[in-house]
Amino acid sequence: MNTYKISIEEAPLNVIYRHGEKAFPYECCGFLYGDEQNGRRITLAKPVANSKEGDQRRRFEISPVEYMKAENYALENNLSLLGVYHSHPNHPAIASQHDLSVAMPYFSYVIVSVMDGKVADIKSWQLKEDKQEFYEERVKIETDTFSPV
Amino acid sequence: MAKIIIPTPLRKFTGNTATFETKGQTIGEAIQELIDNHQALSKHLLDDNNKLRSFIKVYLGEEDINSLQKEATSVAENAVISIVPAIAGGC
Repeated sequence: MNTYKISIEEAPLNVIYRHGEKAFPYECCGFLYGDEQNGRRITLAKPVANSKEGDQRRRFEISPVEYMKAENYALENNLSLLGVYHSHPNHPAIASQHDLSVAMPYFSYVIVSVMDGKVADIKSWQLKEDKQEFYEERVKIETDTFSPV
Repeated sequence: MAKIIIPTPLRKFTGNTATFETKGQTIGEAIQELIDNHQALSKHLLDDNNKLRSFIKVYLGEEDINSLQKEATSVAENAVISIVPAIAGGC
């Protein structure tokens, strides 16, 4: 059993959930930002367009230009770009072979399962060093975070 | 000198630095200089034939080098080169 963990604050979690349900039955996607001062903690989720041509019910893609904007946003706002989220409409939140085939090290790949339009589950995955498979990061939802008015 | 922007997931292979200054005259030379200085990057950027992996894009400014002269694309003195990993997947 691994002890890898990712904390997600309530605000970004709600962004991910709302995006997944709004995009249903298509896949949604976005970037995850935060810090690693006391373990990996997601403080911001920013939705981006699914630019995959063709059937977006089973696939997502983020354009290179959006990726470059995300790296710039992290630098300008003193945040770390820590990963990507996407939804699995009517599928479990298990990383697929498609997810594995282009995954990068270090990034957290957060997957939200949306069943019949409602969020059913959320899991996070990170690539192992050998690049052959993912390991699961235990998702801890931070509900006691201060939200400035 | 031209500058290469390292994507966050690969910065652990560059001592956590986000940029690399290069004297390379072409994209190919610039990438090779980067790898020569940070050899652990090689398996993430290049395939078995020493070509850029299909899921790694390289941009010169805001242009994909595949729409220019690919690795032979000339690099100007103050150019900004971005290494961009493909972000994709699905269920």
